[in-house]
Amino acid sequence: MIRVEGIGKRFRLGSTVRHDTLRDAIAHRFTRRGPGPERDPAELWALRDVSFDVDEGEVVGVVGRNGAGKSTLLKVMSRITPPTEGCIRLRGRVASLLEVGTGFHAELSGRENIFMNGAILGMTRREIRSRFDAIVAFAEVERFLDTPIKHYSSGMHVRLAFAVAAHLEPEILLVDEVLAVGDAEFQKKCLGRMDDVARSGRTVLLVSHNMAAIQQVTSRCLLFEKGRLERDGATAEVVAAYLSSGERGAVAADLTTDHPDFHIQQVRFDEESQSPGFNQPMRFELTLSLRRPFRTVGFGLGIYNSLGVRLLTSRCVVDDLDEGKTTLSIRIADHHLPPGQYALSLGIARGTQKIHYAENVLRFALSDLGVHEPLLQPYLARQRDQIGAFVPGRWEKR
Amino acid sequence: MDPTDTIVIRPEHGLASLQLGELWRYRELLGFLAWRDIRVRYKQSVLGVLWVLITPVVTMAIFSVIFGRVARIPSDGAPYPIFCFVGLLPWLFFSQSLQRATASVVAEHNLLTKVYFPRLIVPVAATLAPLVELGIASSVLVAMMVWYGLVPSLHAFVLAPLCVAWAWLLAIGAGTLLSAANVHYRDVGQMIPFLVQVWMYASPVVYPVSMFPETWRFVLGLNPMVGVIEGLRFAVLGHGSLPVASLAVSAGVSLLLLVTGVLSFKRMERTFADVV
Repeated sequence: MIRVEGIGKRFRLGSTVRHDTLRDAIAHRFTRRGPGPERDPAELWALRDVSFDVDEGEVVGVVGRNGAGKSTLLKVMSRITPPTEGCIRLRGRVASLLEVGTGFHAELSGRENIFMNGAILGMTRREIRSRFDAIVAFAEVERFLDTPIKHYSSGMHVRLAFAVAAHLEPEILLVDEVLAVGDAEFQKKCLGRMDDVARSGRTVLLVSHNMAAIQQVTSRCLLFEKGRLERDGATAEVVAAYLSSGERGAVAADLTTDHPDFHIQQVRFDEESQSPGFNQPMRFELTLSLRRPFRTVGFGLGIYNSLGVRLLTSRCVVDDLDEGKTTLSIRIADHHLPPGQYALSLGIARGTQKIHYAENVLRFALSDLGVHEPLLQPYLARQRDQIGAFVPGRWEKR
Repeated sequence: MDPTDTIVIRPEHGLASLQLGELWRYRELLGFLAWRDIRVRYKQSVLGVLWVLITPVVTMAIFSVIFGRVARIPSDGAPYPIFCFVGLLPWLFFSQSLQRATASVVAEHNLLTKVYFPRLIVPVAATLAPLVELGIASSVLVAMMVWYGLVPSLHAFVLAPLCVAWAWLLAIGAGTLLSAANVHYRDVGQMIPFLVQVWMYASPVVYPVSMFPETWRFVLGLNPMVGVIEGLRFAVLGHGSLPVASLAVSAGVSLLLLVTGVLSFKRMERTFADVV
């Protein structure tokens, strides 16, 4: 059904020096004519040597850290961007869902947008008409069908968008991270629908960071790391491998800063130092390489849950940073965060001068090993990191 | 869409094939995009589609006063207003198509980076709304012909649609070329207003080609809009004889532009999603 052979996709980092204006392009031509060897622009292989087969009716999950090449794979498979090497064969009608609501227009009514979006996703007018009622019912927007969607609430907007997508019926469906929309209720409905689609014998490739969804829907999983296919096997096994690799090796390296003398070699979440159990201190390690001493530098950390909500902020000032390589570590105790997937943001400043700020520097997991907090248990099955700090309380009779 | 189709994806090099079959399979999307353009354009406007009539009529009125009355530019024996209007109709269609097509690929970047469809649909769809507008505005021409008591000859019913089709293919040729260029060089978008203005005065919208000596008309014909406008004037107003030589030159240039435009678009479209 799907055969992927030796697919590679190269991006020229040199061409990120984009010539958006003719002047730049001309200037670039001339500077390149200068003496010395022609510089080979830096290259980045977003995908390299990726091969796998998917049989008819298989539902395959694709997991991996940000930048591992998952989305590029889907874009290449859905013919949005051509591969640099290799070959892909797809047998059957393909629909890709890299986003919900592609092509929605705010001025058009709900009804009109259903047709518009359906056509963009590759449905014929007849197909849309025959599924129209089902789409409307799924989205729960009957009353607002003829209202321009600019008046819709964001929830309605997302529901309508997903409803159209959910009623696509291709033989091959490529889905990227679209389940993470809407409120919890609707997410459950979406997941249910994905399950139906999977069971109806369609071939599905699903990219997600949501391990619960992956485990519920797929039976086989591909794990990507730095553009390469690291593992291909049963979902439970691959997800476990992914999570454990994430736990031990949550590392970000070589971050650029706004200051030429200040270089961040590495940011690391130190999983080893964490003992099992709820509310165990977490430790982050920061390796800096400085070209001159710095005085009074402020370091800020932010911790986000998988919905991107900031749950925790920590800030401290380091007075003396010497020239050369320095490793700093910070220990955050009493954070009260439940097990789950989190992301770290890092900000560094000297006075009011920003040296570095980046969100999602690394993702790390707080494991549920040894978490015996009985009051926390009901949340561990789902939501997990979305509940924020967990503090056991007690209602007292007065 | 035939389910037994096998799609093969591999790196593309060199000249691209046109994949006209693929384009045909996506014709409904083409229709939807054009329909959306028309819907959205006149939403929340009091006069709505009336604007399609107002623009050419007002332009014609202004040109009639300035070029017809004040400058006394000849009009091949026809009343100046209708002479001017017959030139304006294809010109406004062409310039509108050109402007919207050029902006189209960049404007639809969120589609290009999220869904597959033949990219050629985007600039082509941008020329469809102006085509519909041209059709609506033609009613004014019919009214003017009745007013001036002009009876079109039979060949007008063949020639006029041919000229419109010609203008449309020309708009697709120039539009695809400029829209693809606009993805890489946003200068193109900046350039368009000037280009349109210069191009209009280089085209016989407000003046007749007969103002120029015979030898020069051939050179004038290098501007493909000369062929379109003169052809339409001959068809509708029926003055003089068909300017065959300049028409042939215009047709040749148009064909060249269409082929260059579409082929270079196909060549550049591979990188659209990465660059736009």
